[in-house]
Amino acid sequence: MKEIIKKSLTGAQVLGLFSLLGLGLVVLVAGLTEGRIAANERQALLDNLVKVVPADLYDNDIASDVTTITDLTPELPVTVYRARQQGEPVAAVFTIIATNGYNGDIKLLVAVHRAGYVTGVRAVAHKETPGLGDGIEANRSQWIYAFDGKSLANPKPEQWAVKRDGGVFDQFTGATITPRAVVNAVKKVLIYFKQHQDKVFSPEQGA
Amino acid sequence: MMASEYGKIVKDGLWTNNQALVALLGLCPLLATSNTIINALGLGLATLTTLVCTNTLVSLLRRAVPPEVRLPVFVLIIASVVTMIELAMNAWFYDLYKILGIFIPLIVTNCTIIGRAEAYASKHSVGKAALDGLFMGLGFTAVLVVLGGLRELVGAGTLLARAELMFGEMARDWSIIVFEDYSGMLLAVLPPGAFIGLGFLIALKNVIDKRLAQAKPAQAIDIAVVTESS
Repeated sequence: MKEIIKKSLTGAQVLGLFSLLGLGLVVLVAGLTEGRIAANERQALLDNLVKVVPADLYDNDIASDVTTITDLTPELPVTVYRARQQGEPVAAVFTIIATNGYNGDIKLLVAVHRAGYVTGVRAVAHKETPGLGDGIEANRSQWIYAFDGKSLANPKPEQWAVKRDGGVFDQFTGATITPRAVVNAVKKVLIYFKQHQDKVFSPEQGA
Repeated sequence: MMASEYGKIVKDGLWTNNQALVALLGLCPLLATSNTIINALGLGLATLTTLVCTNTLVSLLRRAVPPEVRLPVFVLIIASVVTMIELAMNAWFYDLYKILGIFIPLIVTNCTIIGRAEAYASKHSVGKAALDGLFMGLGFTAVLVVLGGLRELVGAGTLLARAELMFGEMARDWSIIVFEDYSGMLLAVLPPGAFIGLGFLIALKNVIDKRLAQAKPAQAIDIAVVTESS
């Protein structure tokens, strides 16, 4: 009996030791890589911002002209980057997260021109099925470009949906949920922008 | 004697005990990422790195771990190593990390890794364990890449598409369009295509093994010599 207890205790100690050791190492590596990962993500963000708003439309430091809006998706504040030309608002880039993807969150950049049309959309981060849902990536298919120039007037709001739901946007073979989530998120941004344009561009908000 | 032992590690990893074709381990990532050569190669290399690291660590620590708790300890080691590799890739190979995304953490669930830790690394010296990890990983990667090539060819009619995701801009024109105006075959791209393709590869290996076995009685000595020198 004593033997068994002794063995169990040794086992528990070793296991505890290795847990702490493993945890310590992971924390260490996480600390070492944190800065680089943040820098990578910021660089990727800048690269993406240039893709959704043509660089000749604005002259401000778009990545620093930031506001946060809390009433678009109530549970999750949305960061908005504002493009301005000589101080005048040109376009707003929403970093909205579509939570109804096939496999978790789809992080999107949706850029809307002051005139109400989309200048560009990109999927920044997602975990959709490779080969099926990942067609939303600009470097895997042309699909995401279908939003360029679209507004709530063209197509009509009820046609802001994938074709299977009676809309104008293509779905993918074998994957409808992913494009549906993206289309709905873009539509949501356009509706919000139409109603709250002044608030989106207001300089004092969150700056 | 020593040479033949290392030769056996190499041969086991690449052919005789190939983790994908013989042990049939790690099917989850195998099925999920073998839809193109580049995806397959990316995950294969990440798995290979993990396998070398975990085999080495397990072998180093094998005397410090009581047999009763060895499996949980191995799982801890593997999970820690994979998490660190994931963080490191996110920091230094950001583009590659973005492509492989969800499949990196899934390496933890690849039974090959705990399998080699338990069956080999926990019973052998560090050098042999590392070599075993390297060649088991190479064997696994090779099957992944062949299957990826097969599925990419049948599924999309291309080879090495999107190589620039892994090798940078200079690889942009490596892509080979084998069939012009090919409409694609979804079955090959979807998971069933991986099962079917893997089935064919296993069958092919069995046919080759059978041929070799039939030829063996006459040439047994020759084959043994070839194996040792390889």
